Amino acid sequence: MLKFKGVDYYDVESLLSEEEVLVRNTVREFVDDHVLPIIEKHNRAGTFPLDLVKKMAELGMFGSTLPAKYGCAEMNNVAYGLVMQELERGDSGVRSFASVQSALVMYPIFTFGSEEQKDRWLPGLASGEKIGCFGLTEPDYGSNPGGMITRAVETPDGYVLNGAKMWITNGTLADVAVVWAKLNGVVHGFLVEKGTKGFSAPEMTGKHSLRASVTSELIFQDCLIPKENIMPKTDGLKAPLMCLNQARYGIAWGAIGSAMACYDTALSYAGSRIQFGKPISSFQITQEKLVVMLTEITKAQLLCLQLGRMKDKGTMRFQQVSMAKRNNVAVALEIARAAREVLGANGILDEYPVMRHSANLESVKTYEGTHEMHTLIIGEDITGIGAFV
Amino acid sequence: MKIVACINHVPDTETKVKVGADGKTIDPAGVNYMLNPYDEYAVEAGLKLKEQYGGETIALSLGPDANKETLRKALAMGVDKALLIKDDSVRDSLSLARAIAEELREMKPDCVLFGKQSIDYYDEQVPGLVAEFLGYPSVSVAVKLEAKDGNVTCDREIEGGHEVVETSFPVVISAQKGLNAPRYPSLKGIMAAKTKPIEERQAKPFPSGVEVLGISKPPAKSAGKIVGTDASAVPELVRLLQEEAKVI
Ligand SMILES: Cc1cc2nc3c(=O)[nH]c(=O)nc-3n(C[C@H](O)[C@H](O)[C@H](O)COP(=O)(O)OP(=O)(O)OC[C@H]3O[C@@H](n4cnc5c(N)ncnc54)[C@H](O)[C@@H]3O)c2cc1C
Repeated sequence: MLKFKGVDYYDVESLLSEEEVLVRNTVREFVDDHVLPIIEKHNRAGTFPLDLVKKMAELGMFGSTLPAKYGCAEMNNVAYGLVMQELERGDSGVRSFASVQSALVMYPIFTFGSEEQKDRWLPGLASGEKIGCFGLTEPDYGSNPGGMITRAVETPDGYVLNGAKMWITNGTLADVAVVWAKLNGVVHGFLVEKGTKGFSAPEMTGKHSLRASVTSELIFQDCLIPKENIMPKTDGLKAPLMCLNQARYGIAWGAIGSAMACYDTALSYAGSRIQFGKPISSFQITQEKLVVMLTEITKAQLLCLQLGRMKDKGTMRFQQVSMAKRNNVAVALEIARAAREVLGANGILDEYPVMRHSANLESVKTYEGTHEMHTLIIGEDITGIGAFV
Repeated sequence: MKIVACINHVPDTETKVKVGADGKTIDPAGVNYMLNPYDEYAVEAGLKLKEQYGGETIALSLGPDANKETLRKALAMGVDKALLIKDDSVRDSLSLARAIAEELREMKPDCVLFGKQSIDYYDEQVPGLVAEFLGYPSVSVAVKLEAKDGNVTCDREIEGGHEVVETSFPVVISAQKGLNAPRYPSLKGIMAAKTKPIEERQAKPFPSGVEVLGISKPPAKSAGKIVGTDASAVPELVRLLQEEAKVI
């Protein structure tokens, strides 16, 4: 029996298949039962709820669009999006874990890896026995990953990696890192296993955002990896950008989840909080806030659903993903801030999820292509003029 | 072991039910349906028995095509087969139980599981009636089920406590909340359920002995009154309960 009833002003549910609804409900219940009761504690402590990994894997939340032969659910992209939406209603950090594992680790191994790499890694990543991370960003290269300085050099014994990555989700936890480095000036992907000599992944601390998620540096000092650990089908920056496109697609859905949590909290709070002898939801300014929240959620839902249908048909373009990521995360953040206002002082307490979502969304707005970079991607698409180089 | 979980498709617990135009049925517009919550315990119990004994689990539902949605949920939870006993008629519990028993007799199940009641009409009769028609022992309102070889021990919920009963397969058991923690349908299970067919058979007609003449909603509650928030309000509360509400 569901506790959270969802936010669905336009009967968007009627556009979903029976399986898509079942998938959403399964994850919705999972979040009610397993994420919400523990998440504030982890957020406060700055720890990732590692216990959830096995449970999420059992339900099939990792690599869920990949083939069943690797132990994956083989769902469509709309169902995958709904999983991300529901997880992020719990917490952006928990959704980030699933995004990274699915879109940034399993997807590249599946798409660019050798048969041996797929057989070796995908089943364990699907079952949650193995954790992965994705290392693209560097201390000096964020929005401009093409400038990366991490280098791979071919030697008779394998590839030697040197360089450093920063802001890497799951880095310290990961059994395998998908690392992007330049080999003879061209970006390639490499699989680096935990414990490899010359590789360390210290956790970054001091975050005010995504506190229930592990963020790390990856440091490579003459790190020698076997020849067979290069992902053979990677050749240039296009490969990591394809991965990011998968993850951004999920983030666009995820942001709706955060927004729904904040709206739901604000609506019920406004109905029960009495000031001047009346519920604050009877004041016009509060009503307007709630109406704007709901309207933006409804628009975001429709944006994602059509994006997902296009992705399933194979007609989706990456610029369209940029539009959904850019819009949905920005509106989710506005909704979280407005919800905080509706809750007044209570809004800053961790008794309510609002401030946590708000703080989390600050990261979400920046990672996977900043809000500004997505603006420029769409701007280039419609004007034909690139404004970022 | 052949295990059958009989499941029903009922209005969602959050539904605000409206009386239909005929005054005898609910207005289906805007009503979401779901797997009857007590039947989730029955499905879970069936899956657990299969884990213990092997064999097959079958979900059975009597009703219109819409019940397939609920059957698919049971398939997604992991039952092997689904059977829709197709029926668009209005029946009382007796007729319903006869039609279900008719199908079960041919299937010869070792264990038939139900929820203790459907949350739509609250008749609480079908499991017992089916057991009677099959000539199987019946255990109702089970909160614990332990099976060993051919024997079954159950805790039943009774007024103010538990009753422990023992019986043997074949048996009909109806599940109460607390019997187990129903599993979520996994995403893999949901996708696999798409490929599992739902077998359909026409329900046999049986006469009903009870006819519904009308249904109505309870009168709307009038607004509450807050008498006070601390002990000083007690005398006034007692006075109101005595003089206005006339309940003490
Ligand atoms: C919690 C968290 C987790 C992360 N996880 C991962 C991960 O798992 N893997 C990974 O590889 N990375 C990860 N990142 C890194 C993230 O992708 C980068 O932070 C992001 O790409 C932005 O890079 P930057 O922080 O270096 O900002 P910068 O690129 O320095 O940008 C700073 C500001 O300048 C703006 N800007 C930059 N260039 C332009 C331009 N041409 N025109 C207009 N404005 C511009 C940006 O939009 C931004 O507002 C994570 C980040 C965070 C916060």
